[in-house]
Formats: sequence, structure tokens, C-alpha cells
Amino acid sequence: MSIMAYNGGCVVAMKGKECVAIATDLRFGLQAQTIDTNFEKVFPVNKHMYLGLAGLQTDIITVYKRLMFRKNLYEIRENRVMQPERFAAMLSSFLYEHRFGPYFIEPVIAGLDPKTFKPFICNMDLIGCANMPDDFVVAGTCEEQLFGMCETLWRENMEPDDLFETISQAMLNAFDRDAISGWGAKVYIIEKDKVTIRKLKTRMD
Amino acid sequence: MASERYSFSLTTFSPSGKLVQIEYALAAVSAGASTVGIKSANGIVFATENKQKSLLYDENSMHKIENITDNIGMVYSGMGPDYRLLVRQARKIAQNYYMIYNESIPTSQLVQRIAGVMQEYTQSGGVRPFGVSLLICGMEPCPTSNKMIPLLFQCDPSGAYFAWKATAMGKNSVNGKTFLEKRYSDDLELDDAAHIAILTLKESFEGQMNETNIEVGICDANGFRRLDPATVKDYLANIP
Repeated sequence: MSIMAYNGGCVVAMKGKECVAIATDLRFGLQAQTIDTNFEKVFPVNKHMYLGLAGLQTDIITVYKRLMFRKNLYEIRENRVMQPERFAAMLSSFLYEHRFGPYFIEPVIAGLDPKTFKPFICNMDLIGCANMPDDFVVAGTCEEQLFGMCETLWRENMEPDDLFETISQAMLNAFDRDAISGWGAKVYIIEKDKVTIRKLKTRMD
Repeated sequence: MASERYSFSLTTFSPSGKLVQIEYALAAVSAGASTVGIKSANGIVFATENKQKSLLYDENSMHKIENITDNIGMVYSGMGPDYRLLVRQARKIAQNYYMIYNESIPTSQLVQRIAGVMQEYTQSGGVRPFGVSLLICGMEPCPTSNKMIPLLFQCDPSGAYFAWKATAMGKNSVNGKTFLEKRYSDDLELDDAAHIAILTLKESFEGQMNETNIEVGICDANGFRRLDPATVKDYLANIP
């Protein structure tokens, strides 16, 4: 079994109209054994940006902490808020620095530009090859199922409410077809002036 | 070992609290060729003397004004060889920044990091401070609006740096600054600034000024560039 699927879990992010959404499941397991059902894989980076990390749990925590270290230094040094594009570039170079001994994670970034509020989403492989599409990005053990659901449900220019429904349904129905993801979910809708966080009740088996 | 004798920093405090090595470095700067930098509403101008000691020098293949990135330029007063090392370091710092953030380095960040390099050479073992003062200029987007704002910095051998509206360095820098104080206004256009920069150089210029013994660099919304001799000649033609 791949080390990327040792703990299970998945993350998805979507673009909407002047908003973005990112969602995570809550399972933390050791192979088939479920240890915890409250492990969030999405973390705040700044006011308008969230980072989701799927993969090995120990690396999720380490990568998040090391990225915040670099991002905080940048914001203090340059006295400005980091744009999502800059954060993605920094994450990509950080991951490639570990090209031959990588962190076993797949990151997903969702955010709005701090000045223009333009939506931004991005995902990468474990060595930092970035992908920045116009619709949605997925990562984790039920990646294929998520792709299927997102391809079916996603539409252009969704309003925040619509986007919430879409990302929730995509997430739920994808991880119900995966034995090592699920056990609850948490959805973040990021808008210009507010972030809405909702916890979803799901099947716990 | 004989080499250990100089492995401590050469820049040590004198009993009165001064670092004389830095003062000597500043003396090397004020003995160097004059350089002028002026910020205008829509760009920055550099002008510097580039006199050759002999007629036999090929004056068009050595330059004092250099690009660091497309948008940032640099020039110096003082020792040429020290300057080349700093240009190399500056370009390296700029490219390294671009590699990490996929965005060209902000001028203020570059200045801060070069100043850091210069400071290290005042405190490390076995090295001496740089014998140059740098002028660094660049255009960058304003943090609040999308307007491009011009920036002009000076970087000293001690690692201290200053933001100027206009300044002169090198030989006759005191006279140059007095001259600039009289001529400078906040609403200068780029062409006026170029005119004043050349005039300031001319104040203390020994001999006949022409397009081969001065260099002019200009930074505007299109980036930084050194002017070719023909363009410099046009500017000179407008000067009495």
C-alpha cells in the first residue's frame, strides 16, 4: 500500500463567482483502522486563503508548520499580505527542495487575491508540480471519485450558496465510495468580506 | 599559522567608538567619480562620469550603469572591482527571489538584501568593507493603488541605506547636493530630471563633457535601461 494512502483522507477546492470553496473530510486512520474522526486537513493561511493537505498525517502537520514559518517571515519582511500566486510558487519550490526525499502530501490551495479578490485555486503533486485550472482541484485517496463528482456537478459562476451545495455533494458522494475517507466533512466558503465554515454530518461507517 | 593573524575582522572599534575602516571606505567613495540620481514623477534618472585615462581606451565596451532585473538598475561611486562583485550578488539575489516567488523582486527588498551583504563585510573575518556607495532604482506597483511608483535608494559601505528624491555621490557630492536642492521639485518630468542630472554632473566636470565620458540610465514604466551614446548626445545638445 502506498504511504500516501496510509492515513486516508481527501481535500477538494472549487472556484465560484467572486468566491472559492475548499472542503476536507475528517477521518484520521491507520490503514483500515479509524483512529479519529475529527482531523481537519484544511488550514487557514491568511484572511482570504486556505491550504488543504492530503496524504501522510505527520507530513501534513510538518508541511503546514514549515509553510507558515516561511509565509510569516515573508509577510513581516515585506510588510504585505501574501497573494495566493506567491504562496503557491513558494510551496512549489519548497516541495521541490525535497525532490529526492519528498513530504508525502498533495496540497490544495484556495483563496482570493488580497487586492483584487480574484478567485484562485491550485493543486500540486508531492514534488510541487502545480496545476491551476479554472474549475476545481482534488487530492487524496478518493481523487478519482472526486473527479467524477466534480465533473458532473460543477458549473461556471456559481454563487456562494450554490457553490456550497455543489462542493458538499461532490465531497459526500465521492468519499462514500472510499473506505478510508469520510467520517464527517468541513466546508469553507471564502468570499470577499466573509468566510463561512460549515461542518457536515455524514455516514460514519 | 600566518594566515590566522588576519582571520579576525579588520573592522574593529577605535577607542572613541568609531569604525575607522568604514570611514576610509567612505573616503574611497568620495574620491570616486561623481554620480547623480534623481527621482521624477514618472521615473528615475542616473547620470555618472565615465572618464577614460587615455585616448586609447575603448570607451563603449565598459559600463558603470547596470541592469539588475528588467525593472531595477544600479550605479556606483568608488572602486570598480568592488562594484562588479555587488552587481553579481544583486543579480543572484534577484533571480533567487524570482525562483521562489515567481515574481520579480521589489526594489526595497533588493536594497535591503544588498545592504545586508555590505554589512557582513564590515563584521566578518579576513575581509574589508566595500569601497563603493551604490545607487539603486526601480519602479514598482504602489501597495494601495495599481499606479507604478519610482524608488531611489543609496547603499553605503557600512550597510546603511537611504531613500532619496535626488542625490549626488563621489567627488564634489556636497556641491552636487546643494545644486540639486536648488533645482529639485516634486513635479519634475523624466526628461527634466535627465536634464538636471546632466547639469549637476557638468557643474563639477573637468574638461569637455560628451556622450563617451558620461553614462545615463533611465527607469520608467517600461523598465530600466542604459541610454546609448547617440541618445546621450541628444540630451547634451540641449544643454548650454
